[in-house]
Amino acid sequence: MGLFDRHAGLVDIYRDIRSTGIDPFQIRMERVLSPTEAIINGRKTLLVGTNNYFGLTFDPSCMEAAIEAIRAEGTGTTGSRIANGSYSEHVALEEEIADFYGKKHCMVFTTGYQANLGVISTLVGAEDFLLIDADSHASIYDACKMTQAEVVRFKHNDPSSLEARLRRLGDKPGNRLAVLEGIYSMLGDSAPLKEFVEVCKRYKAYVLVDEAHSMGALGEHGRGLCEKAGVLDDCHFIIGTFSKTLGAIGGYCVSDEPDFEVLRVATRSYMFTASLPPSIVASVRQALRIVRARPELRTKLWDNVATLYDGLAAQGFKLGPEHGPVVGVHLPDRMTAIGFWRALLEAGVYVNVAVPPATPNGVSLLRCSLCAAHTCEQLEHMIEVMTGIGRQMGVIAAAPRLRAVGARI
Amino acid sequence: MTDAVQVNGAVSRITVMREIGRHLEPFRVGDRPITGMTVISKDLTVDSLAVMDMVLELEDRFDVAIPMNVIAEIQTVDQLADTVLTLSARR
Repeated sequence: MGLFDRHAGLVDIYRDIRSTGIDPFQIRMERVLSPTEAIINGRKTLLVGTNNYFGLTFDPSCMEAAIEAIRAEGTGTTGSRIANGSYSEHVALEEEIADFYGKKHCMVFTTGYQANLGVISTLVGAEDFLLIDADSHASIYDACKMTQAEVVRFKHNDPSSLEARLRRLGDKPGNRLAVLEGIYSMLGDSAPLKEFVEVCKRYKAYVLVDEAHSMGALGEHGRGLCEKAGVLDDCHFIIGTFSKTLGAIGGYCVSDEPDFEVLRVATRSYMFTASLPPSIVASVRQALRIVRARPELRTKLWDNVATLYDGLAAQGFKLGPEHGPVVGVHLPDRMTAIGFWRALLEAGVYVNVAVPPATPNGVSLLRCSLCAAHTCEQLEHMIEVMTGIGRQMGVIAAAPRLRAVGARI
Repeated sequence: MTDAVQVNGAVSRITVMREIGRHLEPFRVGDRPITGMTVISKDLTVDSLAVMDMVLELEDRFDVAIPMNVIAEIQTVDQLADTVLTLSARR
């Protein structure tokens, strides 16, 4: 058996996808013009699939901070914080994030993926139990492979399913750690966190919440679902990323656990990779200031969510279960999703296409993510374009609809 | 779902096999029946995620906990049934 034979199934699927004449996983952004526009295939294209929730990638103050940091401290740290030491700015960033959440400790990571991978796999070990949502992000599943803990999966967003599993563990010794996400990245739905936290309290399980897609978007101060659900103090670990609302790259974990700092010398994805470069740290610090100072960006984001979600629902599209900065549009199968995605790109609108095996329950989706910088006109244009393609492809009813009554949903 | 044939409170093998068969039915290839010897990942069109989803259902149906690392080592329908029965008996 050859090295690549094990990927034969994937090779077949990928070949099918590319047979449509375009490869959705190798899109080239010839030039990025703004948080909402880029040149793709020589054409100015509306971006509605970049997780750039506040549109801060082109914020002049964030860009200036990054440029200044490069001039002052160079382009990179060329090593990990364990080996090369921390820059003052790494420490300042950690203090600022901890302060943002009102937590005692914060560790920053070079990517959000590494934050999940490292923290989750290091917190639990042999004889412990890791309880994860069935629709968890790949970084959480990968963390499961790196721990000796027993991994138990519960039904997506179902606190009673978690409770049944905690109950079945009975009086077995070992810590229990439940991992939840603020907003799930494919369908944009939120965890019923208050209910989950109640279950965890009853069974003395630790709670870890990944707020990658909800930091900035949810909560009165943008702290995420933990804040919105009023359970900030009950969540033992909050993980997040700098690569979405904060417009750069990196990850973090905050906590009040007294011995938290030991993770710096125990977490391999923190210890054995180069630390964030000064420019990223500087732009993230500025972006965090903006999140704190400009709540109107959150309002604008949710206005845009409502425009797109309600607009598509009114045309009969089958969407994720609730409003969220990610709007998942269900399509019947993989090739329809690819075809729709391609037609949309050719019409000048870029979204993500998500197909099995990367999606829960084998669903095929167009994954749209909103930005505070989108204009109402841009989104209305997108709805019009999607409606045209949807009718042509027979995905939605051909006749104009007055109101979505769920007949096709 | 109270059709489980129970002897002294224990779940019968037939019940477990029938339940597994019901979940795997949509993934059958052609006319090949599902037997205890069926290798789940090879003889059927089911992917690993769907297997884990089936295990979620089996866990709730038979009130057992089957950790992911145990699932990873299960190959045949017989082995899956044995796992459920063993865990169920241990309760």
